[in-house]
Amino acid sequence: VRTMALRFEVLGRFNRARAAQLTLPHFVCQTPLFMPVGTQGTIKGLTTSQLKDIGCQIILGNTYHLELRPGSELIDELGGLHKFMNWPRAMLTDSGGFQMVVSLLHLADITEKGVTFQSPVDGKPMLLTPEESIQIQNKIGADIIMALDDVVKTTITGPRVEEAMYRTLRWIDRCIAAHKRPNEQNLFGIVQGGLDPVLRDICVRGLVDRNLPGYAIGGLAGGEEKDSFWRVVAQCTSNLPEDKPRYVMGVGYPLDIVVCSALGADMYDCVYPTRTARFGTALVPEGVLKLKHKVMADDVRPIDPECTCMVCKNYTRAYIHSLVTKDAMGSQLLSYHNLFYMMRLSRDLHTSIIKGCFPECFPKGDVPEWVCNAMEVAGVDISACCLPLSSSQD
Amino acid sequence: MKFAVKAWSKGGRARTGVLQLGSCPIPIETPSLLLSTRKGLPIFIAPDLLPSLPSPDSHLLQISPLHFLEGPSPKTISNIGGLHEMLGLHNYGFAAAPRDSMVCLPVSEKSNHIGASFETPGGRLLIKPADYVEMVSSLKPNVWASLADEVPAYVSAKRNRTSVDRTIHWLDDCISLDPAGGSSVFGAIVGGSSIEERIRCAQEVAKRNVSGYWIGGFGLGESMDERPSLLNEVVENLPKERPRQICGLGLPEEILQGVAAGIDLFDSTYIYHLTLGGFALTFPLDRTERHFSDCHLSDTTGSDNAKINLRATIYRKDTSPIVDGCSCYTCQNHTRAYINHLINVHEMLAQILLEIHNTHHYLLFFRKIREAIEEGEFDHFCQEFVNGRRDYVAMVAACS
Ligand SMILES: [Zn+2]
Ligand SMILES: [Zn+2]
Repeated sequence: VRTMALRFEVLGRFNRARAAQLTLPHFVCQTPLFMPVGTQGTIKGLTTSQLKDIGCQIILGNTYHLELRPGSELIDELGGLHKFMNWPRAMLTDSGGFQMVVSLLHLADITEKGVTFQSPVDGKPMLLTPEESIQIQNKIGADIIMALDDVVKTTITGPRVEEAMYRTLRWIDRCIAAHKRPNEQNLFGIVQGGLDPVLRDICVRGLVDRNLPGYAIGGLAGGEEKDSFWRVVAQCTSNLPEDKPRYVMGVGYPLDIVVCSALGADMYDCVYPTRTARFGTALVPEGVLKLKHKVMADDVRPIDPECTCMVCKNYTRAYIHSLVTKDAMGSQLLSYHNLFYMMRLSRDLHTSIIKGCFPECFPKGDVPEWVCNAMEVAGVDISACCLPLSSSQD
Repeated sequence: MKFAVKAWSKGGRARTGVLQLGSCPIPIETPSLLLSTRKGLPIFIAPDLLPSLPSPDSHLLQISPLHFLEGPSPKTISNIGGLHEMLGLHNYGFAAAPRDSMVCLPVSEKSNHIGASFETPGGRLLIKPADYVEMVSSLKPNVWASLADEVPAYVSAKRNRTSVDRTIHWLDDCISLDPAGGSSVFGAIVGGSSIEERIRCAQEVAKRNVSGYWIGGFGLGESMDERPSLLNEVVENLPKERPRQICGLGLPEEILQGVAAGIDLFDSTYIYHLTLGGFALTFPLDRTERHFSDCHLSDTTGSDNAKINLRATIYRKDTSPIVDGCSCYTCQNHTRAYINHLINVHEMLAQILLEIHNTHHYLLFFRKIREAIEEGEFDHFCQEFVNGRRDYVAMVAACS
């Protein structure tokens, strides 16, 4: 039996959806949960004490960026990323491969050895192997580390998808072999296989055979059709073990999180809430509120009258309107609200699953077709939400 | 607003006082630092982090009404209920002045008899007394400076005289236009580098029924040596029982110069410029601890014995706080190495953490100044501070 540095206890279910307690070396988390992205050892514009106040349980660091600056060598020397950035709670790092492939696509070349890319520092070719990715992540020291996978865009079809899936399976063994801290860090494998159910199935089985502490569903949220997206999630979650956390990578739109949770996923990450904040957009139950818009200039209501965050308790839309995209404080305050919103969503999902009132998490009003399709599969009756005049107490 | 002088330095003009503002439950001790703001909030310190700063020292904020030319409109600000309500800072005091020395600076060659011209984030604008008073009336700051025609030190005697005439004229306009009858106005005093004009302006303003004085026209090209006599003449001609605020003095030496002349309130644009440059204040606050940093700190990054530049590579692995024993949020939670990293990767948290530490450190510097005055040690305090800097410069020269 492989050692694991986590405990995953399901506390409640609503059909396929589950609410669980995920005990990691640095924090006991409640799922479903959202992980804010702190690319360079900080969540843009927020202090770690604010993140705690907001209720963040686990944050994500980007291996690629951290290796560039300040370097895993230095982070290790100074006692790991938790200590370096003074974040006492849980942390996850990605493999570093995704950033190279996606951000530097035209410069990256994937071979059996690893991902070759052009160094942004001196332009020289550099190779990231599965072994190196794990070595770097071992130095950074996050609670959860991710296997290096061969990512292809979901919009790509043909033999390249199959090649990537099989390579991902071959690389997982190299990652497992390279992992030096299995008692302190949990290595998650990533399910690839594009939109092809057969390939996804082979990948799920292959990874489950390796008995990893947790599994991620990768290669999604890259511009595919929503109906394809949820079907892949549904297929993967139904075949992944019940007693292990499931992480859908790159998902951060509130509705996507609700749908994936209904289908049995537990963890999500996305730059969306903080990035959209910097562009002046707030997340609200009705969708989004564009604070830049002229009509906000004289609106003396809070961003979300129901929200109990520091920003909504104190500030009007009119004042935030005057700050966004002009003053640093605009993005600080909106990031604060947006992350607070995501944490509230995570908490609502957790408690509603336990209390058996999961459908209440769905936004009221128009539910898109793909959501209705997904909920049929998930066995969640959202007909009450689709009725325009239904009350939330139903 | 209520102000009372508490103590005077031995045989000098420096004084401590107590400033009581309606919204501030705890009185503010002077000489005091006013925190710089952008649209009413500190530039990088979010409102939930403000309470971590020394209290009540940090409860006095400086605002420029010109920032709100970008919105919200005076009508909307009035609907919200003014600054305190709009910013959710009910226990804080606000002192308004048009010039902020950061993004709103006077453009003297474009000012005319109708109004004062300013470079603002929304472009160059001519501000008339009526516009200004409208903004102030909606914002409802605790105190506000009248509109001044500030000119740099190099202008002609004629232009300087005009600026005094206009500034006095606009003070009368501000008082008569103010629905509150000017009850919280600080009369602006200008006069450039001319002793006569400074005296004339101070005497004229002193005749008006104002609650305090805002001394402008400094930090605009005058030399540090000519400042004491100018400041002394201004202060000499002002009633002792009212507070005096100054704009444009920021360096520790300049603060000491202002305090020595009898100034009570200072802006903190120095903190802003330090923070943007990656600097952290490190000068010893305790007189018994006054010692000099090692020579190797005197690298080309502008570090000296008052501050360090956290951009410098020597801090890459430095796991100590900015200042050992500093009780600020930054030093309690983060290392020099982390801030060095944040600066390197252009993360905003660097500025947040630096603004917190620098503001904290400077507020404590002001505490030390007040203590020195009350203990009758102010002259000694100034001398030690200035000598410390001079010795350091000499030591660095000897080392190189
Ligand atoms: Zn909120
Ligand atoms: Zn400090």
